[in-house]
Amino acid sequence: MKILVGIKRVVDYNVRIRVKPDGSGVDTDGVKMSINPFDEIALEEALRIREAGNADEVIVVSLGGNECQQQLRTGLAMGADRAIQIDTSEKQQPLTIARAFLKVIEKEQPGMVILGKQAIDGDNSQTAQMLAALWDRPQATFASEMTLSGDTATVVREVDAGLETIEVDLPAVISVDLRLNEPRFVKLPDIMKAKRKPLEVISMDELEVSAENDLQISHYTPPPARSKGIMVEDTAQLVAELKNRGLV
Amino acid sequence: MSRTLIIAEHDGNNLNPSTAKCASCAAALGHPFDIVVLGTSINDIAGEAASIEGAATVITIDADHLANPLAVNHAAEVVAMADNYTHILGPSTTVGRDLMPRIAALLGVNQVSDISDVEDAYHFKRPIYAGNAIVDVHAPESATLVATVRVASWKAAGAGGSAAVESRAASAAASSHTRFVKLESGGGERPDLQTATRVVSGGRALASKENFDLIYELADLIGGGAGASRAAVDAGYCPNDMQVGQTGKIISPDLYMAFGISGAIQHITGIKDAGTIVAVNKDAEAPIFEIADIGLAADLFTVIPELKQQLG
Repeated sequence: MKILVGIKRVVDYNVRIRVKPDGSGVDTDGVKMSINPFDEIALEEALRIREAGNADEVIVVSLGGNECQQQLRTGLAMGADRAIQIDTSEKQQPLTIARAFLKVIEKEQPGMVILGKQAIDGDNSQTAQMLAALWDRPQATFASEMTLSGDTATVVREVDAGLETIEVDLPAVISVDLRLNEPRFVKLPDIMKAKRKPLEVISMDELEVSAENDLQISHYTPPPARSKGIMVEDTAQLVAELKNRGLV
Repeated sequence: MSRTLIIAEHDGNNLNPSTAKCASCAAALGHPFDIVVLGTSINDIAGEAASIEGAATVITIDADHLANPLAVNHAAEVVAMADNYTHILGPSTTVGRDLMPRIAALLGVNQVSDISDVEDAYHFKRPIYAGNAIVDVHAPESATLVATVRVASWKAAGAGGSAAVESRAASAAASSHTRFVKLESGGGERPDLQTATRVVSGGRALASKENFDLIYELADLIGGGAGASRAAVDAGYCPNDMQVGQTGKIISPDLYMAFGISGAIQHITGIKDAGTIVAVNKDAEAPIFEIADIGLAADLFTVIPELKQQLG
């Protein structure tokens, strides 16, 4: 079985985001870029499935300009067998990304597609669900535990009400949550090895996918700041302050 | 004619408060809205939905395979009725986030996630980058608008309505490829985090599952919900459904009390809309004090027992 893993290049999760003064976006000049942390967990899971003998190939796919090759190489260094860059200079929205991934799926015929449950830049949390819909296959979102048995995956999902378990027939799309695993660290020799692994570039045009019904996103503003609070000295003062404000 | 459909969320017994919050967002769109309840034995839930102020009609689709909110089955029903609507809204809860993009893709449209404000029927505001930026989103008027409503940003609509309830048969058969197995709920009888007016949360500094009893006791004393930081959940001190933050629950209680939580940006994202934030942390330099309305640099193991005594 092949496993396809989606990877998005995003501003590193440790970076404090700054909105550009002209409201045209957020400042990414000289800012550290990384694999979306959820996608790293998705890749780790795929690698573990392969290492357990339940898959024979892990392919990482990213959609973006040449700069996303950096994250694909990191994915290869983590252990993916090969990489595909879907080349586009535009920032694409989830529906278009799902359509492009579907084209890759039709060619590669994976038994499983694993994606992060959301990207930490757009916070959309859509691509996995959309891909499953277009592919007409099961979706198991927000996975925190996963077991494979034959052509079925049993997935424990982190939901507001607790932990939900569902069973899906493969092929399926899984979106992963934080507690599924701890991604491995990349070792230097693996980075060297990754340079020799295949990285295929396909253009959006070749895939015959184009954006439609796009949302127009504009006027980036910083969130309203909370006004500066006060410090109290002890519990008695805290209680007095809470009572003062009618909160207890 | 513009018309909105809201997908109701429920647990099989009660309507989730997120539905009334979606109703407030629908009302802001400025045209009539219906609510669809999918499930089995849903008469009482439909009754609750019918009392939501402003709802025109409540549509029930009662079928065994809709009992659990499997996106594949629920999406099929919503898509079958989509022709009658210009807007389809669901909550930004895990149920809504699982379901709505599947509906959007089947309708061939992009989804607006997490509407925090409505400017007009196709112009919204929403947070991105864990709430570190707010953007304007314009959706094409030629396509069906599918969106999730950021529940922490909206007050629940009132309960004075009396919508007609209309029952319909399911349009699609059960999916054979996706099966519900079970749901294990982590929480007890405390108020739901997403609707509680008071929330008491603990972080890694609680240091054990046993010590988390302090959080529960204080929460119970003030009639609040109990929350946690990701670090505390990861450490196994409490169940995952207590996690507050970018990847957990985004909440807006009147009072939020954080004990031993340092205040990573991912956690702050989850509490930005709280009325008053109280932070208690031994480390006076903890970032949570930058956004707290009332801060106390002290040991939570001293403060919580004192609070229990003085508030009890």
